[in-house]
Amino acid sequence: MRSFYIARRVVSELFRDKRTLAMMFVAPVLIMFLMKLIFTQSATTSVTVATVGVDGNIRTALNDIKHVTVQKQASNRQAQQALKDQKVDAVIHETSANHYTVTYANTDATKTSLVKAGFNAALTVNGMKTLTQTTVQLSQTVAQLTATLAKVAPQAAGTVQMPKRQQPTSTKITSRYNYGDKDSGFFDKIVPILMGFFVFFFVFLISGMALLKERTTGTLDRLLATPVRRGEIVLGYMMSYGILALIQTVIIVSCTVGFMGVEIAGSLAGVMTINFLLALVALAFGILMSTLAQSEFQMMQFIPIIVIPQVFFSGIVPLDSLATWVKDISFVLPLTYAGDAMTQIIMYGTPLTSLGRDIAVLLLFLLLLTALNVRGMRRYRKV
Amino acid sequence: MAEQLMDLNHLQKKFGRQTVLTDVTLHVAAGEILGLIGPSGAGKSTVIKTALGMEVADGGEALVLATHMPNRQLLGRIGYMAQDDSLYSALTGAENLRFFGRMKGVAKATLAAAIAHVAAVVDLTPDLNKLVAGYSGGMKRRLSLAIALLGDPELLILDEPTVGIDPALRRKIWTELHRLRDAGRGVLITTHVMDEAELVDEVALLLGGKVMAYGAPALLEAQYGVTSIEQVFLKAEGVA
Repeated sequence: MRSFYIARRVVSELFRDKRTLAMMFVAPVLIMFLMKLIFTQSATTSVTVATVGVDGNIRTALNDIKHVTVQKQASNRQAQQALKDQKVDAVIHETSANHYTVTYANTDATKTSLVKAGFNAALTVNGMKTLTQTTVQLSQTVAQLTATLAKVAPQAAGTVQMPKRQQPTSTKITSRYNYGDKDSGFFDKIVPILMGFFVFFFVFLISGMALLKERTTGTLDRLLATPVRRGEIVLGYMMSYGILALIQTVIIVSCTVGFMGVEIAGSLAGVMTINFLLALVALAFGILMSTLAQSEFQMMQFIPIIVIPQVFFSGIVPLDSLATWVKDISFVLPLTYAGDAMTQIIMYGTPLTSLGRDIAVLLLFLLLLTALNVRGMRRYRKV
Repeated sequence: MAEQLMDLNHLQKKFGRQTVLTDVTLHVAAGEILGLIGPSGAGKSTVIKTALGMEVADGGEALVLATHMPNRQLLGRIGYMAQDDSLYSALTGAENLRFFGRMKGVAKATLAAAIAHVAAVVDLTPDLNKLVAGYSGGMKRRLSLAIALLGDPELLILDEPTVGIDPALRRKIWTELHRLRDAGRGVLITTHVMDEAELVDEVALLLGGKVMAYGAPALLEAQYGVTSIEQVFLKAEGVA
């Protein structure tokens, strides 16, 4: 019962702190909105390529490729100058027949690979065109030969069968997307992890600060001078911040689904459950770290140590290609499991029942940290 | 002899290699106010923390209400007021009282009446619905005392309750403490104000973790051949 009153007190204190509330509820939405703008933008890089002495057909083919613009330059010197002046992103110079030298600005890897892919595609398209022309010429020659043959030996003409020219059937590709649509990009991939990250970050920081404040103002001592159990204090904090995390998740989810068009394949209840669990882990983590901090500023110093590594290793950046020992780091970070579970639910529609491993690990984190917290409070009261 | 509410017998306490308390023996009987005086760092707070069970003595025993401390359940029968105000400034005075009342385990049915009573004692009734953040220093001290008085505790442990309080209010608080004493409660109070030491029934002088003098104020003054507790204090410290 006491933990319920502690939870109520923590919540009413928080709801009077309008700025902190705004930070918890508005900041994540704002940041996600900005990220959506940025990552959607960067998906459509466009490049300008200068060509020197390149065949007109290839130039046309290259220009036809999306996001590639071709600029014809008279001399290599002029082209190189344009590259230097940052007017073009690459120079393609045909030094001799079918020998090309490509100079890249290479200040943006995306642009470099776009030029590479574009040029290769243009060469292929051009090769196909030449092949088609050759084929047409060949069949014309055959037709002429057949006509000549008919004149010379009419009786033999019947035996020569003209191969029917195959009408080129146009290839059609129909795309079906299991998740999202053709506009799904990097942003959609990181949304599930970002949701978890915001819950973790804010709950970790605010709960840690709150308990630190209780300690420095002496209210924790006063609280411990009543018959309250140490566990009841921790439980009260868990209840209040759990509720807060749920509200935060509802706001983030409704904004990402409603305004940013992110699709949630699985159940919303599953998303809420995982976020709630993650919030409890973050809370226990925050409380534990707050015991190591002497001031609010020292609490802030845990952000680069505790919070930022979780962002890098939780799956926002694909870790598949990294060394094993690097991947191993992610196994000790709670956000890895929450991020995985959220991705599974949001992108693949996996039900909670199939995420036993993630949930079990999160529960294990929670139990361990909570036990440490209840134990750690013995420093302030010996019973 | 009156019932003993607090018995600290031969307390020893060390933090690391530093000895904070050496053989401290103090008693508070029902209907008695014990004043604990001594300079900063003399070990007053450690005595209080040991009596509350926040610290455990390395030697000796701490008996409160005939129970060995630390004991969690017993804390509901002790009223504690710390040196700092220890209030939730984002809550109103009434909310602070209600919260700590619940933590102390004051019955729901009697909580409202208990809050009204302690608020009246410290003269805070008209300000109960204001946020503590807007309270003056004196008001915070009074609210802090009101919280300590909640639940009609048998033993009050007050750490410097009159710091920063104007003389009129200080007199009012002492009147209330004497009333509580006469109602059979016990009080352990620490103070820096020497003339307050004249208002207690027993005074203990703590110096470097040792009890240098212990007795009724008048008795100590006679013993040291001086006319005030302040002079006893100075004499015991070896200054005068």
